[in-house]
Amino acid sequence: MDLTVGPNQFFWSADRWTEFYSDLAASPVDRVVLGELVCSKRLPFFQERIPDAISTLMDAGKDVALTSLALVTLKRERKQTAALAEMGVEIEINDLTALPHLPDGTKFSVGPLVNVYNEGTLSWLASKGATRICLPPELPLASVETLARVGADLGVTIEVWGHGRLPLAISGRCYHARLHKRTKDNCQFACEDDPDGLDVRTLEGQPFLAMNGVQTLSDTYASAAHQIDALTRAGVSALRLSPQSKGFTQICDQYHQLLDGKTSGADVADAICNIDSNIRLSDGFLTGDRGVDWSGKQPPDTHHP
Amino acid sequence: MVMEIVCPAGTPASLRAAVKAGAHTIYCGFNDETNARNFPGLNFDRTEMRDGIAFAQAHGSKVLIAINTFPRAGDEALWHRAVADAESCGADAVILADPGLLDYAARHHPGLRRHLSVQAAAANADVINYYAKTFDVKRVVLPRVLSVPEIATINAETEVETEVFVFGGLCVMAEGRCSLSSYATGLSPNMNGVCSPASHVEYHEDKGVLDARLGGYTIHRVEKDEPAPYPTLCKGCFGAQDQTGHLFEDPVSLNAEQLIPQLQKAGVTALKIEGRQRSRSYVAQVVRNFRTAVDALEAGQPMPEGMLAKLSEGQAMTTGAYKKTWR
Repeated sequence: MDLTVGPNQFFWSADRWTEFYSDLAASPVDRVVLGELVCSKRLPFFQERIPDAISTLMDAGKDVALTSLALVTLKRERKQTAALAEMGVEIEINDLTALPHLPDGTKFSVGPLVNVYNEGTLSWLASKGATRICLPPELPLASVETLARVGADLGVTIEVWGHGRLPLAISGRCYHARLHKRTKDNCQFACEDDPDGLDVRTLEGQPFLAMNGVQTLSDTYASAAHQIDALTRAGVSALRLSPQSKGFTQICDQYHQLLDGKTSGADVADAICNIDSNIRLSDGFLTGDRGVDWSGKQPPDTHHP
Repeated sequence: MVMEIVCPAGTPASLRAAVKAGAHTIYCGFNDETNARNFPGLNFDRTEMRDGIAFAQAHGSKVLIAINTFPRAGDEALWHRAVADAESCGADAVILADPGLLDYAARHHPGLRRHLSVQAAAANADVINYYAKTFDVKRVVLPRVLSVPEIATINAETEVETEVFVFGGLCVMAEGRCSLSSYATGLSPNMNGVCSPASHVEYHEDKGVLDARLGGYTIHRVEKDEPAPYPTLCKGCFGAQDQTGHLFEDPVSLNAEQLIPQLQKAGVTALKIEGRQRSRSYVAQVVRNFRTAVDALEAGQPMPEGMLAKLSEGQAMTTGAYKKTWR
């Protein structure tokens, strides 16, 4: 099983962004998807740095792809989406808006924010040139098994969400701006203060969600640490690790060792929580009753209801 | 041309009430997980659907069947059968969201008109035209993330008819792209046709304070005598930093009645009312009011004012994303 690093979901300074991808060049991951997924207003801050990051990663032997924006409404966003195909690297579509802009016959990959729930959609995307699909995190293991089987028949690589806060929703409204009593057009980039999203608690103080501009994420960091055998048996070919601001290269190392059989899922889970004691884990979308559930042991201070 | 009123019906009785109240079009679903209002006691079996369509068409109304959840891997046959049955029941169109299902319907039921569900969240002219070219989609229900000028821009660049929500429940997130509900309860709009399901709601009273919980998470709290809003996730009360409140959206519902003239100018074909779970009397009242409004507009008369306020059940109203400041 390979390791893919998904696009950074958060708004980081350009220097932090550059440093992150330089560090990744030396880490044991196979593929990196970069670019802006969540908010088109963020892109100008690091757009000029993308070509160098692509070169650095390719020189280090990584496959590289560029993500499309998840929700495209404005003229500016349509232009950004159309311009992606000119960058000369593979596109990961995270909204079907990107599809009509790809030249005929272009191979592409599909990100987790495109609704690939069944064989019909997988086959249709394959017929349009999809060679790789990262499935929506919401899918249960039974669906993953079916889709990996169909993917194998069609020559489509199947990837699954392996680590990171789950992208649960995207909106026209910016919640960071709303929290600061601003509108989206005058957001003043409030989301930059929260490099891993802003914690959202219930009325009893339980950690529950995280806001990230127009995006809503889970409080928990999903982790497939305990699911590697099941995913391997299902025929899943790659695990997606979603960037976080702290200890990300260590996280890549941990999952790499896990796939190599050099460590256990429980040890990986412990290592992740040791990087940041505020991290709570989940894998419920794959095997639990609900997304927030976790099949490993919870740290004693957990707030799960 | 007069704007088309597209009205919900969760039961055959509601369908008949909507037809009699003057709905141009009624949308409904089969009583299974193929539609996004898969609630107990709601929706139509095959016989009811066939009879309902015959009744509506005999009175000059159309019926659209929503098959707008995302088929479960390994179980696509249930959704394929729903499309086939929609055609044999005589539906005027099906409302679909899943690309695989659209592809199936276009290949196997080419004569059955296809609308793109709001659950597909097609939010710009490029992707709408792509759906039209690829699956011959004739109408798109626009996601509730667009302002009126953005809707006008879309209509200027597409031949596909647009339908927009004007009244009822309001999704705050882009539709079909939200798994908040399955994260907290295991059941989601995309997979199960439910959001924040009643089966996972609990109310807990302690010392005169009433908590509303969803999946064990307390997301509303009121004094015992206050009305307790239903704990829908995106309209819940949360804390972040030093603030507590409705961080995503207030417990509001959509009412865009005063925007109808602007929506018409923006090129919108049809006005959609949310609420297949609503009673037939509610449905009939909303339909009558909206028919009055679009007929007045067509006749060049002023729009009646505040006609729907009493149907909001005391809930606050919003025009949602149609006004840009909502964002």
